[in-house]
Amino acid sequence: MRAAVVVFPGSNCDRDLAVAFRDAGCEVEMVWHKDTSLPAGIDIVGIPGGFSFGDYLRCGAIAANSPICTEIKAHANRGGFVLGVCNGFQVLTETGLLPGALLRNAGLKFICRTVPLVVGTTDSIFTAGYAAGQTISVPIAHHDGNYIASEDIVSQLTDEDRIAFRYGDNPNGSTADIAGILSGNRRVLGMMPHPERAADEKHGGTDGQALFANIASALTAA
Amino acid sequence: MKARVHVMLKDGVLDPQGEAVRHALDGLGFDGVEKVRQGKVIELDLADGTSEDTVREMCEKLLANTVIESYRIEMS
Repeated sequence: MRAAVVVFPGSNCDRDLAVAFRDAGCEVEMVWHKDTSLPAGIDIVGIPGGFSFGDYLRCGAIAANSPICTEIKAHANRGGFVLGVCNGFQVLTETGLLPGALLRNAGLKFICRTVPLVVGTTDSIFTAGYAAGQTISVPIAHHDGNYIASEDIVSQLTDEDRIAFRYGDNPNGSTADIAGILSGNRRVLGMMPHPERAADEKHGGTDGQALFANIASALTAA
Repeated sequence: MKARVHVMLKDGVLDPQGEAVRHALDGLGFDGVEKVRQGKVIELDLADGTSEDTVREMCEKLLANTVIESYRIEMS
């Protein structure tokens, strides 16, 4: 199976994300923000963490309007898979592929530490490798991870079982402890924590590995 | 011609930065500051004849995230 990882000016987790996909057995191609098409035969697009366009205006806002994002939206609207991590999650909310928005952390500080995450649903290729309710340890590193959405949206996400991960100990003020959410068709995941930073023994933790392993096996079987 | 766009977080959206500013003002001894909301002002130099509708489209597409922010346009 083939993954594309997008690179914006200011992305800094693009290579980590590519390594995590590769280690899980995916073929990976890097794509530049000015590219006007995705490589043929891409199964999943990864939008990495970082500070795309210096976080100018709003985190992810300028990236969401870049040429490659038009293609990513088309890919998602065709039923393609997308994984957005950290700044990638912010980009996904800015494009409208995922609902809500990410505000400055409630405590105003940039938080960089490993946190407990509770798996909210196993009904997606991203989370099927975990057990429902399982607690995993994954690093976060963000200043704007405070998820906000209207009550209606949060109830909809809850009712439709689209909350992929919740914080075990809410670090940033996110509504309903939300750390990651799925799109309506369950094929787009945005999450603030970094599974690619917990995907190798040398990272000090491997709880993120199952996410990539399951994506690879699910899309290879398909 | 110029347009000035004021972007603010919508009422009801928690503004942690505004709250930190309020707290700092309180620390400086300014009593009675009950609430602070922090927004941004974006000034645009525009070709003559650019319509307010065009500026509104810029706001909707990029300058504001209407999920959390409201905007107000001043043309001059």
